[in-house]
Amino acid sequence: MDLYQQLILDHAKAQHGSGLREPFDAEVHHVNPTCGDEVTLRVRIADGAVADISYAAHGCSISTASTSMLFEEVVSQTVEEALSTYAAMRAMLTSRGQDPGDEDVVGDGVALAGVAKYPARVKCALLGWTAFTDALVRAGVDISRTYNPAARS
Amino acid sequence: MATQPFVQLAAGPFTEQESARIRADFPILARTVRDGRPLVYLDSGATSHKPRQVLDAERHFYEHTNAAVHRGAHQLSEEGTDAYESARARIATFIGAAAEQIVFTRNATEALNLIAYAFSNATAGGGGGDGVGERFTIGPGDEVLVTEMEHHSDLVPWQELCRRTGATLRWIPVTADGRLDLTHLDELLTTRTRVCAFTHVSNVLGTVNPVRELADRAHAVGALVVLDACQSVPHLPIDVRELGVDLLAFSGHKMLGPLGIGVLWGRREILDAMPVFLTGGSMIETVTMGGSTYAPVPQKFEAGVPVAAQAVGLAAACDYLGTLGMPRVHAHESALARRLVDGLAARAWVRVLGPEHPADRGSVVSFVVDGVHAHDVGQVLDDAGVAVRVGHHCAWPLHRALGVAATTRASFAAYNTAAEVDALLAALDRVPAIFGLEVAV
Repeated sequence: MDLYQQLILDHAKAQHGSGLREPFDAEVHHVNPTCGDEVTLRVRIADGAVADISYAAHGCSISTASTSMLFEEVVSQTVEEALSTYAAMRAMLTSRGQDPGDEDVVGDGVALAGVAKYPARVKCALLGWTAFTDALVRAGVDISRTYNPAARS
Repeated sequence: MATQPFVQLAAGPFTEQESARIRADFPILARTVRDGRPLVYLDSGATSHKPRQVLDAERHFYEHTNAAVHRGAHQLSEEGTDAYESARARIATFIGAAAEQIVFTRNATEALNLIAYAFSNATAGGGGGDGVGERFTIGPGDEVLVTEMEHHSDLVPWQELCRRTGATLRWIPVTADGRLDLTHLDELLTTRTRVCAFTHVSNVLGTVNPVRELADRAHAVGALVVLDACQSVPHLPIDVRELGVDLLAFSGHKMLGPLGIGVLWGRREILDAMPVFLTGGSMIETVTMGGSTYAPVPQKFEAGVPVAAQAVGLAAACDYLGTLGMPRVHAHESALARRLVDGLAARAWVRVLGPEHPADRGSVVSFVVDGVHAHDVGQVLDDAGVAVRVGHHCAWPLHRALGVAATTRASFAAYNTAAEVDALLAALDRVPAIFGLEVAV
C-alpha cells in the first residue's frame, strides 16, 4: 500500500520527542471523536521560538507519525516559521492529492502526502498539528498575525 | 427476487443460489471500489444496503402517491395516508405489535431521546400524558440504570436526563469476555430505579443480552424497561410480546430500509401515559391561543408532516426480510459470524472480543490486532475493497472497560457470503507484513 511509507511506520514506532516534559507554557488535550485517538501536547516558547514540544499520543500510525514529524520539524523553529510549516502541512493534507508537499518546508511530513487521498484520515494526520496551534494560542502567542485558518479554509 | 417465500423448513444459511438471488436485489453490491476491486461490504451494523424492492417502493410513492399525509381532502392525500398507515401496520406485524404501538421517529436515537424527554417533560409539568404521568416524573433520589456496553445513543440521553432532573445514573458493568456482569444486580436495581435501559445485542461485541430476565427483574422493582433493539430487529426473529419490555427502539436504515426513519414501539398504556416530545402540526387534537390538547398515540408523537416515503420504504424492507424469513436471516448471519470468529481465532496475532460461545453472539464481530491500531487495520482492509467499521463504534465506555482504544468490526446482513468472510481474512493477512509485526504464520 502506498499510504504506509516506511518513513511513516518508523516515526509511528519511534515517536520522536514523545513523553511529557517540563517546563512548558501550555498543555492541551485533543481527541478525534470518531476513532478515539488522543494526544496530550505541551509547548515551550522561548525567545520567539518553539523551544520544545512534548507529547503523549495514542492512536493510529498516521496520527502518531504525524505528531512525531511535528516534533522533528518544528522544535527550534521560530513561531513564525512553525506556523508556516503547519500551514504547508495543512495545505498538503487537505489538497485531496493535488499538493505533493514541499520537503524543504515539511521535511519527513511529505511522506504523509498520500493521506490526502483518504479524507477520513486527514483528521488523524492533523491531530497533533492542530493541538500544537491550540497550545500556541494558550501560551499567549497571537497566531492570527501570521496565520489565519479561517481565511484559508 | 421471486415473490414466493424462501423455504422455511430448515432454518439454515442461504444456499449459494439463494445468496445469488438475494445479492442481485442490491444494486450497490455490483459496484467496485479502490481501483476496480469488488465491494466486500461488512459494515451493515453501521448501515445496511437497500434492495430494489425498497428503492422501488419509495420511488413509487413519490411518483404516484406523493402528498402530505393526514391533511387535505384530495385523492393523493387519501392514498398517501393509506400508504403511510398501511406501512405502519406492516412494520407492526413484523415485530408482533399492533399498529397504534408504532411511533415513527427520525431514527432510533430520536426514539430514545423521546423517552428520556418524556421523563423530564413530565417532571417539568409538560402535557400530553394521560394523567398517570407520575410514572414519568423523576428527580433527586431516583436512579436510571443502563449498562456499560450501551451505544452512545442509549447512554447520553440518560446522562442528560439525570443532569436535568437530579436523578442518578448507574450502570451494569461488563465482564472481561463482554457480557453483562449481573453479580451485583440486586444492588444496582432497586426501588429507586425508575428506568432500566439496555441493548438487546451489543453493537460492538455481538453479545445477546438476557432481555427477559433483566426485564422481569426491573419490573419487580417497578422500573420502566427500555430496550435498544437496533442490532436485534434487523437480524433476529423478534416478537415484542415475548420480550417483556415496555418500550423499544430501532432504526430503519440498519434493516435494509431507508435513512431518516426510526421506530419507537411501546406498550399502549405506557405510550398513553407519556407526555409529548416534539410538538407542532399533526400531533394536536385542538389548538387555541391559550393552549392545546393532543392526538391519541401514535400521532401525538409524530409532529410535522409525516415521513411517508420512508415509512413505505421501511415497510417494504420488513416485507423483504419477511420473505427471506428471519430465522434464516439469523442462521445465515450466524454462520458467517462463526466462520469469521473461527478464522480469526486461527491467527494468534488477532484477538476477538466478546463471548466465545456462538449461541451468545449476534452477527457482529470485533477484533484487535495488538500493536496495530484499528484505523490502520481498516485501511489495509479498505485497500482490498473490504469495508469494515473501525474506532469505538459509538461505545467509548465499553472500549475503555475492555482496555482497548479502538477495534475493527465486521458486521453482516443477509446479502453477505462466506467468500466475503474469506476476503476479509485474506486482506487481514497483509497486516503483519505492512506494520512489521513478528508473527508465527
